[in-house]
Amino acid sequence: MLARGFADPVHNAQRVFRAVMDALARPGTIQALATGLAPPAPLTPELAAVALALADADAPLWLDAGLAESPAVAEFLRFHTGARITDDPAEAAFALVSDAAACPTFDAFAQGTPAYPDRSATLVLAVSDLSDREGWHLDGPGIRDSARLAASPLPADMPARLARNHAGFPQGIDLILAAPGRVAALPRSTRVQEG
Amino acid sequence: MNAETGYNFAYLDEGTKRMIRRAILKAIAIPGYQVPFASREMPMPYGWGTGGVQVTAAILGRSDVLKVIDQGSDDTTNAVSIRAFFARTADVAVTTRTREATVIQTRHRIPEAPLHEAQVLVYQVPIPEPLRFLEPRETETRQLHALAEYGLMHVKLYEDIARHGHIATTYAYPVEVAGRYVMDPSPTPKFDNPKMDDCPALQLFGAGREKRIYAVPPHTRVRSLDFEDHPFRVQTFDRPCALCGADGVYLDEVLLDDAGGRMFVCSDTDHCEERRADGHVGMEAAHA
Repeated sequence: MLARGFADPVHNAQRVFRAVMDALARPGTIQALATGLAPPAPLTPELAAVALALADADAPLWLDAGLAESPAVAEFLRFHTGARITDDPAEAAFALVSDAAACPTFDAFAQGTPAYPDRSATLVLAVSDLSDREGWHLDGPGIRDSARLAASPLPADMPARLARNHAGFPQGIDLILAAPGRVAALPRSTRVQEG
Repeated sequence: MNAETGYNFAYLDEGTKRMIRRAILKAIAIPGYQVPFASREMPMPYGWGTGGVQVTAAILGRSDVLKVIDQGSDDTTNAVSIRAFFARTADVAVTTRTREATVIQTRHRIPEAPLHEAQVLVYQVPIPEPLRFLEPRETETRQLHALAEYGLMHVKLYEDIARHGHIATTYAYPVEVAGRYVMDPSPTPKFDNPKMDDCPALQLFGAGREKRIYAVPPHTRVRSLDFEDHPFRVQTFDRPCALCGADGVYLDEVLLDDAGGRMFVCSDTDHCEERRADGHVGMEAAHA
């Protein structure tokens, strides 16, 4: 049977959105994210919650290899969001990545154009650990003085990818890191340096 | 669904909220950049805050406490009706106290009381494009923003100096956000521009008729454009508030009679009321 979506679609979606909004507005902070979802594996409840809150017929989803292999995942997302699931990463508004360590390079995704930098993808990565006490040093809009963030597992060259992404500002992708029950974000405006 | 009104929570349908929410997220990621969005018809005319109302509706949750001000005042028609609109369609708590609010929708003022981390300030914006009166074509202004080519704006400010001897722009005074985009802070008096810089609250801007959303994340550098020899300066007032005696606040002129009588009072009504409740008294308080 199809796993159910939000118990209270209006208010659950609002709370997930506010958590993501606060995470993006204050990079390096970790926001609580309660989902109440039990989606088919390897889709995590947090990836599912972001998709259910923000994707729809106007915002296509791209799934990484692990998620794309599972017909149950595609069925769950299609039923609850109505979003088109695309094979072409460049078409995606949101990319769901269950295996964050194997996250494809950012240039596969829409970066926006100089006149419309907002026409760019948001990558949602499932991570197992998040910490704001160690790891990278962050600075930029939304950060008072400086902030730190550590997430794992991620590709070893993630800081270099994030640096390239930031160098392309205002174009680029935005990153949401979703751990069990918690979410953090790295918008393209954030400068990331290895700790 | 709200049983009393028959509308969805906070009036907008969920599809519209998702569209606005996606625009807000991109606006936060690109500070000062104007994100186009599919602005809806709202049950109020353009010019009465349809952009701000849509942004507020998209972010509002059941536990939020909403404050709405119009030119600093909680009790003018626009503020009262928007507050009542959300009290009715979203059943959220409303307040006039700046400190107690989690979401503050504003038309043309920033509260005098310092904002804090747990607040979102939503601006109603009539014309989001700071270059619009210098270059009417949207295709061209997009290009100017893409190239960060803001020479036109400096020419406009320079012409002010050439004509008046100082920068005569007093409201909607252009700012540069995070060192990149030049942004219209909405028609707030330039007195409020310094409050936008390094503000602990998230600032969101909604322009309904012009279909644009933009944002300034918390603790972001917001610099008012100026010249080395003509640095940015805010308005100053030569007297304190007539009711609460506050200095260093933005004042409104109130006519008292038809014989030239007038007084100057806080534009921020909540700030003035809280000061008077604390025992501060201005020169005219006895007559008010």
